[in-house]
Amino acid sequence: MARTALKINGHQHVVDVDPDCPLLYVLRDTLGLNNPRFGCGLGQCGACTVLIDNRAIRSCILPASRAVGREIVTIEGLATAGGPHPVQRAFIDEQAFQCGYCLNGWVLTAKALLDKTPQPTERQVLSACQSLICRCGSHTRIFAAIKRVSNESSKRA
Amino acid sequence: MAKRQSPQTGLSRREFIRDAGGLVIGFSMLDAALAPQLLAQSAASTMPGAVPPSPAKLESWLHILPDGGVQIFTGKLEIGMGVDTAFTQIVAEELDVSPSRVKFVLGDTATTTDQGGVGGSTSISLGSRPLRNVSAAARAALVQRASQQLGVPVDQLQVTDGVISGRTDASKRVTYGELAAAIAAEHDLKVSGAGFALNVEGTAKPKDPSTYTVVGTSVPRVDMTPKILGVYQYITDVRVPGMLHGRMIRPAGVGATLVSVDESAATTISGYVKTVVEKNFVGVVCETEWAAVKAAKTVKVTWSAPLQAFPEQKDLYSYMRTAKPKSTRQIPKTGDVDAALTTAAKKIEARYDTPFQSHATMGPGCGVADVRTDGITTVWSGGQKPHALQKGYAQLLGVATDRVRVVWMQDAGSYGRPGFEDAGADAVLLSKAVGKPVRVQWMRHDMTAWGAKGPACVYDLTAAIDAQGNVTGVRFVSRAFSGGEILYLPDAAGNYLGAQLAGIKNTTGVDEFAEWSGAAPPYRFPSLDASAHVLAGFHEVASPLRSTHLRDPEGPATSFAVESFIDELAAAAGIDPLELRLKHIEEPRAKAALTAAAEKAGWDKRVSPKKNTTGDVVTGRGIALGTRNGTYVGTIAEVQVNRKTGEVKVTRLVCSHDCGLIINPDALKSTIAANLVQSLGRTMKEEVLFDRSNVTSVDWSTYRVARAADVPPAVDIVLINRPDLPPGGAGEPSSRPTAAAIANAVFDATGARVRQMPLTPENVKAALSRT
Repeated sequence: MARTALKINGHQHVVDVDPDCPLLYVLRDTLGLNNPRFGCGLGQCGACTVLIDNRAIRSCILPASRAVGREIVTIEGLATAGGPHPVQRAFIDEQAFQCGYCLNGWVLTAKALLDKTPQPTERQVLSACQSLICRCGSHTRIFAAIKRVSNESSKRA
Repeated sequence: MAKRQSPQTGLSRREFIRDAGGLVIGFSMLDAALAPQLLAQSAASTMPGAVPPSPAKLESWLHILPDGGVQIFTGKLEIGMGVDTAFTQIVAEELDVSPSRVKFVLGDTATTTDQGGVGGSTSISLGSRPLRNVSAAARAALVQRASQQLGVPVDQLQVTDGVISGRTDASKRVTYGELAAAIAAEHDLKVSGAGFALNVEGTAKPKDPSTYTVVGTSVPRVDMTPKILGVYQYITDVRVPGMLHGRMIRPAGVGATLVSVDESAATTISGYVKTVVEKNFVGVVCETEWAAVKAAKTVKVTWSAPLQAFPEQKDLYSYMRTAKPKSTRQIPKTGDVDAALTTAAKKIEARYDTPFQSHATMGPGCGVADVRTDGITTVWSGGQKPHALQKGYAQLLGVATDRVRVVWMQDAGSYGRPGFEDAGADAVLLSKAVGKPVRVQWMRHDMTAWGAKGPACVYDLTAAIDAQGNVTGVRFVSRAFSGGEILYLPDAAGNYLGAQLAGIKNTTGVDEFAEWSGAAPPYRFPSLDASAHVLAGFHEVASPLRSTHLRDPEGPATSFAVESFIDELAAAAGIDPLELRLKHIEEPRAKAALTAAAEKAGWDKRVSPKKNTTGDVVTGRGIALGTRNGTYVGTIAEVQVNRKTGEVKVTRLVCSHDCGLIINPDALKSTIAANLVQSLGRTMKEEVLFDRSNVTSVDWSTYRVARAADVPPAVDIVLINRPDLPPGGAGEPSSRPTAAAIANAVFDATGARVRQMPLTPENVKAALSRT
């Protein structure tokens, strides 16, 4: 076990964990941050996605020790006092999901993509999303939500 | 919020609910952060010997709260399709309150009536009836009471968002909240039916649908914002004080038995508690989830060699055609098919094969059990049938049903009987063994490899066509593993994988057939001979290929066979496939669904396959009809096929959908769109792989489902609203015709008939090479 300092959603946490322990279990069990979800433990589906330095990362295969000194953001850290993050707003407006268990992967991958590429091409969206799974099949609404954010940003540009 | 301290016994149901109010009254965003702690406390307040709520009492279903809120208690659930939002609209409509006032308790055996859980796309068609009726009864009682209190005749009163006032004198007013105590008096209701069909009626008549203002509108889903903001609580988020974590260790294959367990290496893992062994049931319990994951890999377990119980995968379908059936069902014959075949100008024969498929829910099954030493047990589960689980878990523990409370919470998707039920049973067995609450979440391979499967089905179809191109007779023979080998109603201990491993026999399985009448649209032919055979499972104890309900059980498979075959008949008769369908169907709603899809798609009316195609990449269109319990779906697929590689890209899906009265158009469209994508994945990719002893589909690379690139660039949904008809089901019907629509489009493009699901490049290439 090792004392590990993690910065999550802007707050510093010091936890005593096995250095090999994937970040997912630290977030869920040690810190009670429930949104990153266990889907496969293999990095294949994206249910456990968090943002690390604004990149969408699979927390089920990332040892907690490798997240030290980096900015970790989970979906509950996206909204501000002013309301939902614009990407969350778009997913809400599209009523994007069915069961929603997968949504950390889609929403956070979309945020990372749209921050970097505010008006992604269809190909860029597919490429960013290809390693994510939504077992219920909510894809058409998810793509519509991403398009909605992209359209908003083109109006502002 | 209500005070949390509660005496352990002696509470009336009303007091219990009041006490539990903040915890079970939905998960508003405010409550959500508190929910795990509240849930924990609810375990302590489970009442020994609690009497389940009687459906005959209004208060079992509906409470008016002093703040004017409406609390509904229902044994129905929300598994991702917006059913609780639709219920909210139905209740708000009848009571004349805004939907935001209505909150639900779903599927808690201590506080909700047994409505059979959910299944068969019946939550709205059947499950909403008692909610509509109790809401109408409550409104009538409230208005009656207001009339007495205000001295205004009932017909002179109006209700606006829970405020009852005089039509002519608005100063005469009283709110639902102010009358809350009065309505608490018990009203008797007339009860009929049971399970899904349970209904209750008061004396008040529900509203005329033509007056609806809330039903029929696209109210945003009540769960969507909390989910996207990250404040919604799933089953996986339940935490009980002192809770430990379990992980399972499964046998080396079908029929393997335990030889030895050596836990010494695991004892050095920080937080390791115990390895629990009961016959072939093996699980580890640790203080943290990560420790349990590690321990399950570290404990050395030796198994006997597994049985070679399964055929080689490549021989599955020939095995199914030659194995002696366990049982057979023949539907009454129409006409004389043999005579029709003897005199036929053309005789068409075709065989269709469909594989085992997996629920493969996004999250592996999860259950939390608190088996207390005094015999009082609480289990949190995402299973679709909480009241059946209550009975099954009680049987597993050897206690009376009323000693067990099952609290439903949403798990990842569901799609039938996915294995959440088994994960809960694992948690029960581990909790009983360690005397502490235990949370089990399966690993990916536990879910994909060891969860019960949707059955493989094969079909042999024969038809006679006369010289005028009329279909004069059809013979249908199916052979399938039973959709009920593991009964969808998990109300007995032997239903669960862990219990079977621990030595409890599965005694409640049933023979469920892949029947013509179950999934074939309402075609009328001069003669029809349809029979269905069920095959025995490969091994009767804890087989990873045991079969059960998977979304629209047998429906997509039977529809793939029948609706492909209808297309073959159209091609053989030289008729446009839509025209042939319309010719042999009488039901106007089925015809209208097909026609609506064709209009939207701009159906290219002609005989298939397309003539004079050139180049490697060709395009085509196909149509199929789906009917299920009074819902009618017409689906048209447009595809691009690479004749060299066998790759199929579905470029467009058009789906018309008639489920009677529509409650919430946007939520309905969302569910249909998701059904289309999921069923596209089942059509193109999903197949459980296995060797002689094991399922080898263990993760997302060995069990492939629809991904972003598979999604058609165009998905068009046409809703057909029938306000004059009662609302029907929408959870499954649009899953049904997708496979045949796609296969028919591939035929149209290439002239190759793919008769084996999934439509992988290999299977398509094999069909092309036969052309």
